[in-house]
Amino acid sequence: MADLKRTVLYDLHIELGGKMVPFAGYEMPVQYPMGVMKEHLHTRAAAGLFDVSHMGQILMSAKSGAVEDAALALEKLVPVDILGLKEGRQRYALFTNDEGGILDDLMVANRGDHLFLVVNAACKDQDFAHLKAHLGDTCDLGMVTDRALLALQGPAAEAALARLVPDAVDLKFMDVAIRQWDTAELWISRSGYTGEDGFEISVPEKFAVSFARALLAMEEVAPIGLGARDSLRLEAGMCLYGHDIDTTTSPVEGNVTWAIQKARRAGGAREGGFPGAARILKELAEGPARRRVGLRPEGRAPMREGTEVFASAEGGAAIGAITSGGFGPSIEAPMAMACLPADLSEGTVVYGEVRGKRLPAVISPMPFQPNQYKR
Amino acid sequence: MKYTEDHEWLRAEGDIVTVGITAHASEQLGDVVFVELPEAGTTVSKDDEICVIESVKAASDIRAPLDGEIVEVNDELADNPGMVNEDPTGKAWFFKMKLADKSALDGLMDEAAYNALIG
Repeated sequence: MADLKRTVLYDLHIELGGKMVPFAGYEMPVQYPMGVMKEHLHTRAAAGLFDVSHMGQILMSAKSGAVEDAALALEKLVPVDILGLKEGRQRYALFTNDEGGILDDLMVANRGDHLFLVVNAACKDQDFAHLKAHLGDTCDLGMVTDRALLALQGPAAEAALARLVPDAVDLKFMDVAIRQWDTAELWISRSGYTGEDGFEISVPEKFAVSFARALLAMEEVAPIGLGARDSLRLEAGMCLYGHDIDTTTSPVEGNVTWAIQKARRAGGAREGGFPGAARILKELAEGPARRRVGLRPEGRAPMREGTEVFASAEGGAAIGAITSGGFGPSIEAPMAMACLPADLSEGTVVYGEVRGKRLPAVISPMPFQPNQYKR
Repeated sequence: MKYTEDHEWLRAEGDIVTVGITAHASEQLGDVVFVELPEAGTTVSKDDEICVIESVKAASDIRAPLDGEIVEVNDELADNPGMVNEDPTGKAWFFKMKLADKSALDGLMDEAAYNALIG
């Protein structure tokens, strides 16, 4: 793994017995000795600590100095209402391409005089180049390279973080704020990728290990790897970029239309004006041909990514494929997402072909596991 | 006990052998969430893919270790696949088979050879 990058927590992962695998150009822990299943259940029962330092952290401010100008600039690249995002708030967004496909999904926070973006690790260099190329003349952009990013997730996350940062608990779901721990400036948001209450914490690299150790010293906090991160987000019905959504799927096909606020839709104050608007607005009006849906396979056999899906138990061509799938430790059943013809409604039985056999699965609402956000 | 390179163990009683996967294999697989077993009465040839194990990470096959006939399967595994992690060489046996040629067992590894294989 010679050409892979390491996060500042690498040595701590090794010390904790993390099994390291290549992920998005980094060596990251896929699991610790506890194992994927127990890590997953621990996060839902207590608190899990995730190293997500491989993700991209980007600061963006308008050359004019007005955050409104930065917001309007970013709106040229995302079908999201950024101007309406209040100070101290964060929201989910998508970079779209000219064909209406998705280049990446990200979080955008309004931090008063500038915006803070968190993007996927595998896309961060291309996202930064994309921002520079399109907005570089009106905005200053900086990739943050001296901060780690940690996620603390689960019902005990609030109590755990409060011991170190008592005023962090003032935040509500999707709030962002700067808080102090020792002499470190923490950039905290109350959000995550598990469906649980929790926090994402950007911490200066030189404090990252001691901050992580302080959390891990608490009885309710355990380190959690990428394996459980994936099963947690899948139970929570959240997309994984590059799997459930990508450059070939529009936000409407990806079933993330909730991220496109009224202001950017037909008849809205700032209708369109983002890459691929023609296709995306048309699909919003007329419906897409296919859509990401949840599937609950009957029985226990998981249907994994790439599994072909059929309308009937015998004959016919595939109508789509599983985009993510596995076993949900909390729901104690297999679960999947699939991209299927949009006219199929919830409750419809389709068939995933697993090892040559077509097994039934029901189109089901997501999340599979109810979320626990503190609004 | 005898072992295969596919990390199966075989315990012989008369001409019936009980087959499961080793502790090493169950650790490598991670938490097992699904097991598909063959039907009793099936005649199998060495290396036929006859069982499927799905862990939280991936699917893998179990192949028939030798020629013979499946005489019994462990139905409990279907309801409680986690047994494969808890007790891989005991309660979590997969199937029992009647060997076509009992002497074929002699070609498999003993415990020392298996331990050397997994290092």
